[in-house]
Amino acid sequence: MKRVISGNKAVAYGVMLSRVQVISAYPITPQTTIVEELSRFCAEGKMEAKFIKVESEHSAMASIIASSVTGSRSFTATSSHGLAFMHEMLHWAAGARLPIVLVNVNRAMGPGWNIWTDQADSLSQRDTGWIQLYCEDNQEVLDTIIQAFRIAETVNLPVMVVLDAFFLSHTSEVVEIPHQEEVDGFLPRFEPQLRLNPDDPRAYYGMISPNYYMEFRYKMQRTMEETVEVARSVDEKFGHHFGRTHGLIEPYLCEDADVVMVTSGTVTSTSRVVIEQLREDGLKVGLLKMKMFRPFPMKEIKGVLKGVEKVGVIDRNISFGHGGIFAQEIRSTFCNEDQRPMVFGFVMGLGGRDVTPEAVEEAIRYTLDNPSPKEEVIWIDLKR
Amino acid sequence: MKKIHIPKEEYMVPGNLACAGCGSPIGLRFALKALGEKTVIVIPASCMSIIVGGFPYSAVGVPILHVAFATAACSASGIRASLDMQGDRETTVVAWAGDGGTFDIGIQALSGAAERNDDFIYICSDNEAYMNTGIQRSSATPYLAWTTTTPVGNPKERPKKDIMAIMADHGIPYAATACVAYPEDFIRKLKKAKGIKGTRFIHLLSPCPAGWRIASDEVIRVARLAVETKVFSLYEIQDGEAYTINYQPKGIPVEEYLNTQGRFRHLTGEEMAIIQENVDHQWSRLLKRCEG
Ligand SMILES: Cc1ncc(C[n+]2csc(CCOP(=O)(O)OP(=O)(O)O)c2C)c(N)n1
Ligand SMILES: [Mg+2]
Repeated sequence: MKRVISGNKAVAYGVMLSRVQVISAYPITPQTTIVEELSRFCAEGKMEAKFIKVESEHSAMASIIASSVTGSRSFTATSSHGLAFMHEMLHWAAGARLPIVLVNVNRAMGPGWNIWTDQADSLSQRDTGWIQLYCEDNQEVLDTIIQAFRIAETVNLPVMVVLDAFFLSHTSEVVEIPHQEEVDGFLPRFEPQLRLNPDDPRAYYGMISPNYYMEFRYKMQRTMEETVEVARSVDEKFGHHFGRTHGLIEPYLCEDADVVMVTSGTVTSTSRVVIEQLREDGLKVGLLKMKMFRPFPMKEIKGVLKGVEKVGVIDRNISFGHGGIFAQEIRSTFCNEDQRPMVFGFVMGLGGRDVTPEAVEEAIRYTLDNPSPKEEVIWIDLKR
Repeated sequence: MKKIHIPKEEYMVPGNLACAGCGSPIGLRFALKALGEKTVIVIPASCMSIIVGGFPYSAVGVPILHVAFATAACSASGIRASLDMQGDRETTVVAWAGDGGTFDIGIQALSGAAERNDDFIYICSDNEAYMNTGIQRSSATPYLAWTTTTPVGNPKERPKKDIMAIMADHGIPYAATACVAYPEDFIRKLKKAKGIKGTRFIHLLSPCPAGWRIASDEVIRVARLAVETKVFSLYEIQDGEAYTINYQPKGIPVEEYLNTQGRFRHLTGEEMAIIQENVDHQWSRLLKRCEG
């Protein structure tokens, strides 16, 4: 069934179709309509789930950690300060190896209060042990939620599905909503190996000495490494079921490119249009869309960017004192390679400032025109 | 106090990691006897996180979920929701938190769960300070008691927070106090709580030999004195309104209680008199509430 729906509605449909059993969430702009929609689905009986209306995001994550370990497929959604407030529990969910799915609507962090899109919130959670997937459009949002449960339940790590504030969350697009039976055929019931229950009394997550702790972290890292292949195969199987895939990274016009721009989120769509226009002018520019940020798919990225002379990375985020985070990750991917691209790090669109086609073109032309970046961090569309 | 049969079943196995004389494992042992094997326990950061044993061991024969410090109540909510989804209405969910995890860092989650009337038993095992981190004051620490963050010369000048009134004012179906020195009373209250649906709260006084500066064989005697001096009263509250006193204390002077503990050693006679006044005031307030 095709319908014109917002990104947040696409989230709600994805959650309903995934037959989530426990939801716990707390409202925050621009995630709020997800909470409202899911409340409605539960109230109308469209979803057979418990919705715990908690008093905070910290409790939201804590309660679904508990519901997940007790054996129910569990979900929450948040944004910005809500995600930051969850931070302690994000570590806990990953360390507990629970297949929780969280949707984060990318929003800037205060102060001052800013409800618009920016990747500071999710990227600040980079090292918590969560898989992170960034979406470009509403179809991808819906599909990625369904895929996320399958990935999470395969590797026993939580997945964060990320979408841009307003540009996706509140923008309506045509979305193909799959039938429940189709989704059931792709995403089996949640059958955890272990489940908190009195018939099998165990202690979960008790104190752990230096003698064991490190091995648990080693296993998490190994699983993260394997997750790249798991996610690829889940996407492929999704393609067999539904006739569409989204990839972990998506190269576009990269084969002969002198310059490849690396993007994530909705900036990708804008950049694609700009690059098509520049191609018409004869400029050899390509695009690499990053969907998967954790695990960072280094092998796949090397496969695309090796041999490319110059790479421009567009970051809608900044790690103060260093620079854009995607740019850092791309640089570190290549630091031990003999053949490595010159990496230009562009910061733009913070706090929801529009990333216009002109801004993207400026970044591309800068990369084309300069043999190397003149500054470590190149700010675009900045009032100095 | 009515004598009742204490179940023979043991769910605490020998070999827990509590300090000698600690009140907490005594409390947990009786709680499990009262509630039986279809019980799951949530434990936030506290002495109990250590007492029940570290990976890969457990000193308890029912499932335990260790959770972050502030999350006892909401974790219990999550387990309840999940069990309900699986059609398990039989299992009792118990949150077992310290005074710090209840009066302080966990009060937001507890208040949220109580307002929703989520279906679990919350037991606050109150040793009147952050003991696991080495005796720092909490908002359950008594007026003028010594802790490492309220040293003599910089005393705690505020009384203990009235957690029972706070919980009662959420309108929860059942709230009760208990004390490790009165196991029959504690067991009766837990059995009663088990038969009620919604948020049930039990405030359990549990002395800490290290933190209260008492000998490890003094714990029960001191706990008993807390009740007999009316420093800590045994009562229950139905539906946030109906107060019942469960034990008529002898009304021994508080001095006799305070003098048993090193944490009150620095008190002057004048200060003890103020504490006596406070205790008398608390008691008359409780009596008024019992009258309605
Ligand atoms: C967020 C957070 N802050 C601080 C701590 C450190 N911490 C662990 S236990 C504890 C004190 C617990 O006190 P209480 O709840 O009274 O339990 P008790 O140790 O006395 O049994 C503290 C401060 C923590 N684990 N998590
Ligand atoms: Mg304590």
